[in-house]
Amino acid sequence: MTEPVIEVRGLTRTFGDLTAVAALDLTVEPRTIYGFLGPNGSGKTTTVRMLTGLLTPSAGQVRVLGHELPRDAERLKRSIGYMTQKFSLYDDLTVVENLRFVSAVYGLGRRAARQRIEVLLATYALGPLRDRRAGQMSGGQRQRLALAAATVHEPPLLFLDEPTSAVDPQNRRDFWERLFDLVDAGATILVSTHYMDEAERCHRLAILKDGRKCADGAPAALMAAMGAHVVEVEGSDLRALKAQLAALPEVVSAAQLGSRLRVLVHERIPDPVAWLRAQPLNPMPTHLESVHPSLEDVFVTSTGDARA
Amino acid sequence: MNGLLLSLRRILVILTKELTQLRRDRTTFGMVVMIPLIQLMLFGYAINTNVRDIPVALVDQSNTALSQVLAQTVEATQVVRFTARYAEVSEAQAAISAGQVRAALIIPSDVSQRVARSASVSPRLESPPATDEQTSRPVAQWLVDGSDTMIAAAIKGLRAMPLAELLRRPANRMTPTFEVALFFNPESRTAINIVPGLVAVILTMTMVMFTSAAIVRESERGNMEMLINTPVRPLELMLGKIIPYIGIGLVQTAIILLLGHLVFAVPLDGSLGALAVTTLAFIGASLALGLVLSTIATSQLQAMQMTVFILLPSILLSGFMFPYEGMPVPAQYIAEILPATHFMRTIRAVVLRGAGLHEVAFDTLWLVGFMLVGLVVASLRFKKRLD
Repeated sequence: MTEPVIEVRGLTRTFGDLTAVAALDLTVEPRTIYGFLGPNGSGKTTTVRMLTGLLTPSAGQVRVLGHELPRDAERLKRSIGYMTQKFSLYDDLTVVENLRFVSAVYGLGRRAARQRIEVLLATYALGPLRDRRAGQMSGGQRQRLALAAATVHEPPLLFLDEPTSAVDPQNRRDFWERLFDLVDAGATILVSTHYMDEAERCHRLAILKDGRKCADGAPAALMAAMGAHVVEVEGSDLRALKAQLAALPEVVSAAQLGSRLRVLVHERIPDPVAWLRAQPLNPMPTHLESVHPSLEDVFVTSTGDARA
Repeated sequence: MNGLLLSLRRILVILTKELTQLRRDRTTFGMVVMIPLIQLMLFGYAINTNVRDIPVALVDQSNTALSQVLAQTVEATQVVRFTARYAEVSEAQAAISAGQVRAALIIPSDVSQRVARSASVSPRLESPPATDEQTSRPVAQWLVDGSDTMIAAAIKGLRAMPLAELLRRPANRMTPTFEVALFFNPESRTAINIVPGLVAVILTMTMVMFTSAAIVRESERGNMEMLINTPVRPLELMLGKIIPYIGIGLVQTAIILLLGHLVFAVPLDGSLGALAVTTLAFIGASLALGLVLSTIATSQLQAMQMTVFILLPSILLSGFMFPYEGMPVPAQYIAEILPATHFMRTIRAVVLRGAGLHEVAFDTLWLVGFMLVGLVVASLRFKKRLD
């Protein structure tokens, strides 16, 4: 078994009174895509910044690619790529100029840089845009350029902070295809997101809320071990039904999805459909059906966040 | 060795990037040329310490032919121009208070006798010296708005105005106490002193302004988070950012001095070598100062405000407008900290007095030292971390 790429024990960061990240433990194995799933303000960006050496942790041990952080932050920089949440290349430079700048900053020789840039332009379909200024490109194009720039020096470890927040679904799919290509070529990727569908693509996942890790594991395992049953409920007055259901202590959450309610029932109830039928509800549900849990259900149960 | 080479390449790539961005930023690019052009024309013409045509009032209580000739003689000096006439002294005082005129000439009703006596005591006629009250009375009186010392001094200059013309006598040949030989600017033209000084002021403004915004802009636009994740070192970033502006500073200096030479006939006496060395030292010092500001400011607006904070004393205390020697000692200490003060001395020495490098060595070395300290401070202050 190879050594983990990232090993974190008790990672904590406070800003004044605010604890952004609290006692986080993480292990990221090589050649995987590891996801941070959490709402805005859950400490995803702060964690990524500490793992790249941009922020000094208030407490805890961090080992990334064998480098002790924050001590070896400068040495680590050559072997990681970082795609920031906000587009951070130069708007007034063209695609090729941006890539040339980044490759020279990482110390690539002139010829090596030229070859590498041609490969990147082809991989990320940026060839026709090579002389377009970054500021004049669409969200999807800019994001492809950002990924190309983050991988110019072929880093073994890549950090992506909410990479697809300004991108349409088609571009997001293509983007993930490229990520799996990178993993196939030997890279390890850590990606933060608040999209469930994106999180579902990760090999492993940590669910963060208020700077704490609520759960981690492979998405399928998380869904299997969720600790609640999912029942879809149909009926007439869904809003009233939802209010009554949400008041029951055994119901973890109830959320409306169009003409149905998605009800999470605690796992101590062995047969949730029968249990729900037995409840004195008014109006009575017309149809009850047990369904497979989704990642969103996992998120809701593990964070205890009945947002709907 | 290899590390140094990589370092140089990183500086070079930042420099190239900066130049490309500068070329595409039309406004900034235009300012590089237009700021020196406009300011030179504006200040070269506008700043004039030889006061002329001050608007003044006349209160003629005598109303004789003599008083009229006296008024004309005063106006013929071109120092003042009578824009109002009043019968009463109180009216003239009101006009001064209201700011309509800067001074008033009061010609008393007995002006004829006063002129006659004054003539009788002129040394040419070998009369007894004017010792008693009667004979030493002046011909007329000036009431002056003394708040502007420059105007007050100009009118004070009229006190000993010769009145020979008034008496239809040949001019009274006074022997001055001192003979004055004006070197370097025999015609006392203000532009000669102003134009080289303008180089210091304009360079302070543009150099500090451009670089103080340089680092802040990267942070504001979000580029800094990418940059600090790369192996770039702070000093490499600083050098790459300021080197393009050295060229810009030299271009601006050339514009000001050449135009100053062509339009205002400002001499270019010194050696080009000495001029280049001292100018480079000043540009370096200003850029380093801008970088330090850049590491303090958190937005481009703040950087701009700090630039103004540096610019104002650079104009007022550096000796650009007022002689350094006339300032109180504490102000001189403050002026001594500003790079503009040192450059004001060196560029005037080199351009106007033809001084060589060894004569301006102290101020030039001071500027070089300022630059080095500034670069180190900026590099130390610049953190490759977000906390």
